Amino acid sequence: MTTRLHAADLAAQLADGSVTSVEATQAQLDRIAAVDGDLNAFLHVDAEGALATAADVDARRAAGETLPTLAGVPIAVKDLINTAGQPTTAGSKILEGWVPPYDATVVGRLRAAGLPILGKTNLDEFAMGSSNEHSAYGPARNPWDTSRIPGGSSGGSAAAVAAFEAPLALGTDTGGSIRQPGAMTGIVGVKPTYGGVSRYGVIAMASSLDQVGPMARSVLDAALLHEVVAGHDPRDSTSIDAPVPSVVEAARRGDVAGLRIGVVREFAGEGFQPGVQRRFDEAVAKLADAGAEIVEVSCPSFTHGIAAYYLVMPSEVSSNLARFDAMRYGLRVSPEGNPSPSAEQVMAATRDAGLGDEVKRRIILGTYALSSGYYDAYYGSAQKVRTLIAQDFNTAFAQVDVLFSPTAPTTAWRLGEKSDDPLAMYLEDVCTIPANLAGVPGISVPIGLADDSGLPVGGQFLAPAQADDRLYNAGAALERLVPAPVLEEVVR
Amino acid sequence: MSSPLSREDVAHLASLARISLSVAELDRLGAELPAILDHVAAVQGVVESAGADVAPMSHPAPITNVFRADEPSPGLSRDDALAGAPASEEDRFLVPKILGEEA
Repeated sequence: MTTRLHAADLAAQLADGSVTSVEATQAQLDRIAAVDGDLNAFLHVDAEGALATAADVDARRAAGETLPTLAGVPIAVKDLINTAGQPTTAGSKILEGWVPPYDATVVGRLRAAGLPILGKTNLDEFAMGSSNEHSAYGPARNPWDTSRIPGGSSGGSAAAVAAFEAPLALGTDTGGSIRQPGAMTGIVGVKPTYGGVSRYGVIAMASSLDQVGPMARSVLDAALLHEVVAGHDPRDSTSIDAPVPSVVEAARRGDVAGLRIGVVREFAGEGFQPGVQRRFDEAVAKLADAGAEIVEVSCPSFTHGIAAYYLVMPSEVSSNLARFDAMRYGLRVSPEGNPSPSAEQVMAATRDAGLGDEVKRRIILGTYALSSGYYDAYYGSAQKVRTLIAQDFNTAFAQVDVLFSPTAPTTAWRLGEKSDDPLAMYLEDVCTIPANLAGVPGISVPIGLADDSGLPVGGQFLAPAQADDRLYNAGAALERLVPAPVLEEVVR
Repeated sequence: MSSPLSREDVAHLASLARISLSVAELDRLGAELPAILDHVAAVQGVVESAGADVAPMSHPAPITNVFRADEPSPGLSRDDALAGAPASEEDRFLVPKILGEEA
């Protein structure tokens, strides 16, 4: 059954001819048909397009052509990322039915590498949320327990990979939106260095924080996908014009002997679920047994990350989402009882009808933070805290090679449990946000099931900017020391 | 905790953001925002206790002024650009009136 294979193993079987891409892709489509009614991981499935790519790859392989490593391995793509000719909704009613006229650079690279695109995955609206409950198309659900959230915002991508609907997926991470759902569903998720992967064609939430990254069931699989999508793109002015770190080689190495691993003192204690803490402490002990040097480090500014993030991010959101103005694309709604509304009235009515509660909350918060009289106190101070956080990273990375912490303070909660308390939801991102504010890369690797909830726990490594390879090396070592929990079947 | 934002305060923000919020939405946001603002306001104290000379950081990328060569390159076709428009006419975007809004 190819659906349970790691991408690297499926790629090997495709290369040696024991399975075709059409067979593997059809198996994923059958799996989606069987379980997605319970998971709602996909907003759109493109069976025809995926099978056409698969058939093309099979024909080229049969003709003796040398193909990229992942050619023929199917993938799911978060519905925040433009796919020419296929709907892209961002999980919002304001883009319902919209079909982008062009591909995101990362999608173009998937096509060039021959990966059949199975479809588009569910997300919190415009990637704003930690639970996927803010999707306008209903929440995606956690395959370990469908009464629980899969994490967010890349919850559909995480659920799809965890439930064997796809071996690989792309997500985006603005404050933890790849790593946290990865942790909640027991899979690997990577936020690359800011600028490491092109944002061209990715619907912007907070431009100074957003990054696209891989989600997979092994560290090596994530590295193989990272290598496909990463690298300089002249169409993204923040794209780093430097060679991509050797992530695949690092994932194959997986050796922590002599590696200095910093355990962040601030990411423990109050608010951290005991079952998460126990798995984390065991993982630290195993890394030490494997020869890593464990060093406790203090990053005092990290505890202020959420405060800074919930000013910087909404401010950028309020600006970025101004483009949804009902004029050139997307929804247009006329105000009731006004036979001849102005453009501005149509804009305001459309944004009320087409945007969900969390998106409105963040736009209003950002508008407040940027308004005259509050700008210096809120946005200006948040930008300075961002500098303090970057300085804490610099100090820490002078002492250690990577940092290690739980990815999230708790395991997956029940749908609806935190819906009435936005601040409680925001606090779930405490461990992941500092990396986005400073632009450094992070990986979440499964470290078992919590003994108090029976649900997956993730461990997070963070590395200096452009040292993404360190994440893959440490992550691969951890994966060997602490095998990922295996989902037998979706738990309904 | 800070007092709730008044309905008028939230309505002003909503008008700046061009969103016609309902009265129920205005009241809910007015009640929710103070707890969030109290939490994020901590950044002011953090900056004060850090002392002077903390530079603001707008962006993590060590990049400034990225330009491409000033050479023409293909863009979207007119049909592609108009394909997603809510309304179009004579190869143009058709939009509601933008003048005389106070009339």
